[in-house]
Amino acid sequence: MFYREAGQFKTSYAADQAAFPLLEDRIGIAILLLVAVIAIPLLASNFFLNTIMIPFLIFALATIGLNILTGYCGQLSLGTGAFMGVGAYACYKLTTTFPDINIIVWILASGIFSAGIGVLFGLPSLRIKGFYLAVATLAAQFFLEWCFIRVPWLYNNNASGAIEVPTRTLAGIAITGPTADPLTRYFTVLVIVSVLTLLIGNLIRGRIGRTWMMIRDMDIAAELIGVRPLAAKLSAFAVSSFVCGVAGAMFVFLWLGAAEPSSFNIRLSFQILFMVILGGLGSMAGSFMGAAFIFILPIVIRMLPAALDLDIGAATAEQLNFMIVGALIIAILIVEPHGLARLWAVFRQKLRVWPFPY
Amino acid sequence: MTEAATTGRDTILDVANIEVIYDHVILVLKGVSLTVPRGGIVALLGANGAGKTTTLKAISNLLRAERGDVTKGAILFEGEAIQAMSPNALVTRGCIQVMEGRHCFGHLTIEENLLTGAYTRGDGWSAIKADLDKVYAYFPRLRERRSSQAGYTSGGEQQMCAIGRALMSRPKMILLDEPSMGLAPQLVEQIFEIVHEINAQEGVSFLLAEQNTNVALRYATYGYILESGRVVMDGVAEQLRQNEDVKEFYLGVAGEGRKSFRNVKHYKRRKRWLT
Repeated sequence: MFYREAGQFKTSYAADQAAFPLLEDRIGIAILLLVAVIAIPLLASNFFLNTIMIPFLIFALATIGLNILTGYCGQLSLGTGAFMGVGAYACYKLTTTFPDINIIVWILASGIFSAGIGVLFGLPSLRIKGFYLAVATLAAQFFLEWCFIRVPWLYNNNASGAIEVPTRTLAGIAITGPTADPLTRYFTVLVIVSVLTLLIGNLIRGRIGRTWMMIRDMDIAAELIGVRPLAAKLSAFAVSSFVCGVAGAMFVFLWLGAAEPSSFNIRLSFQILFMVILGGLGSMAGSFMGAAFIFILPIVIRMLPAALDLDIGAATAEQLNFMIVGALIIAILIVEPHGLARLWAVFRQKLRVWPFPY
Repeated sequence: MTEAATTGRDTILDVANIEVIYDHVILVLKGVSLTVPRGGIVALLGANGAGKTTTLKAISNLLRAERGDVTKGAILFEGEAIQAMSPNALVTRGCIQVMEGRHCFGHLTIEENLLTGAYTRGDGWSAIKADLDKVYAYFPRLRERRSSQAGYTSGGEQQMCAIGRALMSRPKMILLDEPSMGLAPQLVEQIFEIVHEINAQEGVSFLLAEQNTNVALRYATYGYILESGRVVMDGVAEQLRQNEDVKEFYLGVAGEGRKSFRNVKHYKRRKRWLT
């Protein structure tokens, strides 16, 4: 009923291979974009933008980054937090060393540094697989976190050991720093996340993405067909770390405003990994769903007692929060072990054949 | 179904008009019915993707692991509905599946593999030991390789190991999926010979899914032919072997030279009437 594919004929390969070949999907994406660009800025308060939308988009991008590596290329990584940190510290060094160059350029450029570090720590993936690789990337996590603490050059010898975001402008409007308007930062994040999502989505649908998926599904068969595992795995590490690095730079520059090494600890890595698993390994839409579930749901639950005039202590509410979110994660994974994206795919398939059962 | 399948003996397995859907949306079996008489060997034949493995997995309740579901029909094992049972409960009841592609435990030795088959039994070591000797008597080759890791044995030995392992649970019925896969014709013959022997001496019933129609019909008593999720033909094995259509479409030997396309269409139409 909602997906009427009848009559949607394709007359060219280009039309057939479009990112969204179905008219209904195009309408859906257009509605989502319109909501993000028009409805949210008009209706949302600064608080809503600051605590929900901006971090949600940044986490979604980081999740996409890890999804490239874990979901599409099958390489388990626990170093996401550190790679985000590399992006953040690189961006800080770049913008304090060259303050005149636009901050957007530096946010994107910091991804390149992160990609380089990612490739370096991705080298062991040629020899080790699965859990062992997770342990190797865990080493990256601890080593880089150590660097953020012990190398004063990274934070310009600040007494506090933290990095603070300086004010940077674009066409006279402050984008980063304490004076930047949440709406400006929201639009900046939205544009970067949308553009990168589109680019990565197309990268995955193409030749490079297919080689990643070949490595994931059966690395030996991929090798037999002529895929170079070295190139495929390292490119996955590079692109993944690039995206994570950009997300990390935005994490500090467009959301937190200041960061210390503990912002990028193992907790962050796990949080992103859970977003990937819950959203669905190997799904772009799933990355957004996973980020929304893990990040937004606890905030909503935290606000519920106040909204319902329930008088429970803050500590109790926080405990309840952990319990409810934990139980929901388990419940969803029991219902659908392949994550929210698969749940949506099954639902969509049902809509396509409705009113028939199959 | 027909009297030939049921007369004189009681049935051990009765599959009545089952429908299987994968992933909530893909219809795979469109009403398959079959019966296995106690102590019989029934062959389930058909091309790739006809639904043979799905039928076996529906019986042994392994479908849920692959996001499949039996949505219609009933499966009775010894007169008892078994759809709600877990695969392991089914093993204790005496119905065990030997999966396609062997699935031996690679790091265990052949003997350890065979002993895992006795996992559900509670009748003591001496009984298990006796059964182990019996399995070695059926498969002398396994005795020679008893201390080598299953992962390093040949395909034929692994297939023997898988059948022997199933036998160790003292089953009443074995669901045998593609025992001939990837084996030399001589070994296929040997394995079917042993299956026949086990059937005759232990009274174990077999439901075997096979691509190798020729061999399967020589050892089976009754056969069903599946095509795209439906039973298109069934009959006593000997009759199926003589049947011109089966010969042409599944054995690959044409009766009278080349056939015209019109006859093929005619055959398809006739087949629809048979179901």
